[in-house]
Amino acid sequence: MAVGRKKKHKELFAQGNEAVVEGALLAGCNFYGGYPITPSSEVMEIMAQRLPKTPDGVFLQMEDEIASLGAVIGASLAGCKAMTATSGPGFSLMQEHLGYACMVEAPLVLVNVMRGGPSTGLPTSPAQGDVQQARWGTHGDHSVIVLSASNVQECLEMTITAFNMAEKFRTPVILLLDEITAHTREKIIIPREDEYEVFNRVVPTMPPEWYKPFEETVRGVPPMPPIGSGYRFHVTGLTHDANGFPTSRPEEVVDLIGRMFRKIDQFLPQVSLTEEYLCEDAEVCVVAYGSVARSAAYAVDQARERGVRAGLLKLKTLFPYPRAATEKVMGHARAIIVPEMNMGQMSREVKRVNNGKTMVRALNRVDGQIITPSEILKAIMQV
Amino acid sequence: MSEVIGNHIIHKYLRHNKKFPHVLCPGCGHGIALGALIRGVHCLGLEKDDVVIVAGIGCSGRLAVYVDFNTVHTTHGRALTFATGIKMAKPNLNVICIMGDGDALSIGGNHLIHAARRNIGITALVLNNNIYGMTGGQCSPTTPHGSFSMTSPYGQLEKGFDVVDLVRAAGANFVARGTSFHAQQLDKLIIQALQHPGFSMVEVVSPCHTQFGRKNKYKGPVDMYKWLKKSATPLERYEELEPDKREGRFPTGVFVDNDLPGLEEQYQALKQKMRGQAK
Ligand SMILES: Cc1ncc(C[n+]2csc(CCOP(=O)(O)OP(=O)(O)O)c2C)c(N)n1
Ligand code: SF4
Repeated sequence: MAVGRKKKHKELFAQGNEAVVEGALLAGCNFYGGYPITPSSEVMEIMAQRLPKTPDGVFLQMEDEIASLGAVIGASLAGCKAMTATSGPGFSLMQEHLGYACMVEAPLVLVNVMRGGPSTGLPTSPAQGDVQQARWGTHGDHSVIVLSASNVQECLEMTITAFNMAEKFRTPVILLLDEITAHTREKIIIPREDEYEVFNRVVPTMPPEWYKPFEETVRGVPPMPPIGSGYRFHVTGLTHDANGFPTSRPEEVVDLIGRMFRKIDQFLPQVSLTEEYLCEDAEVCVVAYGSVARSAAYAVDQARERGVRAGLLKLKTLFPYPRAATEKVMGHARAIIVPEMNMGQMSREVKRVNNGKTMVRALNRVDGQIITPSEILKAIMQV
Repeated sequence: MSEVIGNHIIHKYLRHNKKFPHVLCPGCGHGIALGALIRGVHCLGLEKDDVVIVAGIGCSGRLAVYVDFNTVHTTHGRALTFATGIKMAKPNLNVICIMGDGDALSIGGNHLIHAARRNIGITALVLNNNIYGMTGGQCSPTTPHGSFSMTSPYGQLEKGFDVVDLVRAAGANFVARGTSFHAQQLDKLIIQALQHPGFSMVEVVSPCHTQFGRKNKYKGPVDMYKWLKKSATPLERYEELEPDKREGRFPTGVFVDNDLPGLEEQYQALKQKMRGQAK
């Protein structure tokens, strides 16, 4: 009997950028504002085709990246699940608005397909040079959620995760990809509706007179009504009180900044996503993210064949930095290797968590070339 | 529409839970512009919930906090970008942008011409006081050639923008200029702008005696309003003047009055069409 039999999965042969669009649409994305830049442009091009065909989707090509993120924040305040995608120089232009989005607690997803830098750098060569820009690019103290993906299937899944976290925590979420992941084509499986979760922001249910847009709640995340739904309030990038009005009273400033950190930090275990591969007994552990994690997995297998107990900790969340998972592998590994396509932006975080206890070896490349399994294998065999 | 509205009406639209007094200097033209906007909204019978005020950064940008609409105080120069996202997401809302001249023409110049080109259904008020008020009186892109500011202490060498010309050339549907001295005319211009489809822009020449007047020949607010009274000339009269008589004057009134559909309308039409095809 066919009753109860699940529908077959839809499969696609897609590149990472296309998978981002698939994931975004599954998560309910209905607004895209952007400006083209390699190697992220396909996200925008496919959105331009797809969004006008969805019931409430809006696509806009803006005049620059500053305008793109401005429009995305506006749409988010108006109730949309909004996103943009860019690369290095465009990401730099977005930093002021990224800070604004943190401050007004606007949920949104920003995909940055990294390219070589600084400046216009290496337009279509792989790099991972925006890790610290994603963490600290905007001014001021703020918490942040930065995710990554290492293959095309994960691009889809992490985009859904990014939207869910954005909505859950009322915050911008950055998805950092590298050019290899974004442009590699492989088979992906589109999950069925019952196979993934979609989280929508909490809207207020109290009468409008009682509503305070930036009030403390148990989760630290105030409910958020769309503009024009009967809840009138003020939104500002200035430090504000629970009503949204500008304030410089020290206790109110501390309340706001404190809550913005707390709303993410108290859910660290939910937010810190990692994957362990052969880590339980690993004496040498590779910590990697993005396409480099694929090279690393291959290198770990080869090291095992040669009798070295190697393992891989793959970071899917880059920030808040997954401290607990890293500390766990450090507990038994005698050496940690951090290969990355930059001068050591993440190995710095690993060393900070490690605090001098274990040997941490950085393996860096900034010449626009892939880090190969054999390079990582060599490093494993050396330590 | 010609009904004269007193201050008691304005009070209905202010946020009384917001701590007054406001940040503006006594005599600043910006308050008059805000009054005109409120009267416009009132005359048209717009619901508070259907009005969104999006403001930039500057003295002009601070106006949003005082009025009981949906209000968004954005980043310097970028108000129109946020407003664009809001309007596309919720085309039924009346989206109004308040910007200073530095805001709209310097840091935000690119967004201004593109909002006009796109003809998106936003009403933009550019409060032009020829100076950067909030940061203490540096020159702006509208500071007239030869006048003085904190950053043009020897007289401005650059030529200022004409906001009306710029936005007209970029393709807006409705372009007008008024002043905060001619308050009744301003009410009318804003009402027309609010009713127009597509992008509408009203430049409000608004005096800043504190920063601009002080450095130039105006001793106080009264001098500045006298200057506005003398120099603002209705467009029809201005056009009849001999070129040498135009010196020291500027035209006010409606410069562009078109009815092309706004971007959001065209987008909705596209969506209808796509839905038809999908069936
Ligand atoms: C990115 C950025 N650059 C500079 C500033 C500093 N700033 C604040 S207000 C302002 C100028 C305001 O002038 P204008 O837009 O003419 O408005 P007014 O105060 O005269 O009404 C500037 C430069 C800022 N807030 N953000
Ligand atoms: S500084 Fe100028 S623009 Fe600002 S409030 Fe004072 S008079 Fe108005």
